[in-house]
Amino acid sequence: MFRRNGTHCVATFAADEVRVLRKVASEVVGLLSEGFDHEDPVVERLFPDIYPEDPHNSAEFRRYTEGDLKTSKIDQAGAILAVLPGDGGGEVRLDGEEAEAWLRALNDARLAMGVRLEIKADTDLGEELDDAVLRDPTSSRVFQLSVYAYLGYLQESLLNALVQAR
Amino acid sequence: MVGMAAPQVAPVETPGTDEMPVADRAWVTIVWDDPVNLMSYVTWVFQKLFGYSRDKAEKLMLDVHHKGKAVVSSGARERMEHDASQLHAYGLWATVDKA
Repeated sequence: MFRRNGTHCVATFAADEVRVLRKVASEVVGLLSEGFDHEDPVVERLFPDIYPEDPHNSAEFRRYTEGDLKTSKIDQAGAILAVLPGDGGGEVRLDGEEAEAWLRALNDARLAMGVRLEIKADTDLGEELDDAVLRDPTSSRVFQLSVYAYLGYLQESLLNALVQAR
Repeated sequence: MVGMAAPQVAPVETPGTDEMPVADRAWVTIVWDDPVNLMSYVTWVFQKLFGYSRDKAEKLMLDVHHKGKAVVSSGARERMEHDASQLHAYGLWATVDKA
């Protein structure tokens, strides 16, 4: 988890955390580049229609803005990949700008996972995880849910570190 | 939205939409509730993008959370499209509509 250190937000990541972060950030990049598909509900969530009642003007707006939005989302996921330590784990030190890119990228990753995991307003993450473990502790859903929960805590800790009085 | 610990943010006061003449408020940007975004993050985004005070940003965030949506800015159409686009870059679910 992140903490404030002078002008920077600092965290020490274990080997498995580095692997998870590299995986989720890479998945976001993949989703936004070669895998880009407007029919994908994750893409629909990350690139919402600006005029829900007006497909024509939504498409028109998309034509002008989608490229830039895609690029900025790929760049912010890249901001995670750029500073992650090697596979053995280690420290990450983010200045204000890097921390903001990480916040947006972690949010994109959580949105993508939230859609895939069908997280709803009344979803109790603890209960979901317990249910999934009871059904099959080795399932990919158990892993995905725990990563999703982890990213939420990580994002919150980074936000807290970023806005701390300096 | 989901809640975790509340962060401390120094308030930044900037002119809000209240002082704008009616003609410049023909369009609005709306943010919709979603089950993933953290309440603290949404509050921070409103402060960051619009320069709203902590109190105003938090009130808007709570409106989104409790009522399902809230108008977060109003003005000329191009301005609102810009705002919505910025909000999309931060992962918020924003749309534009006539006021």
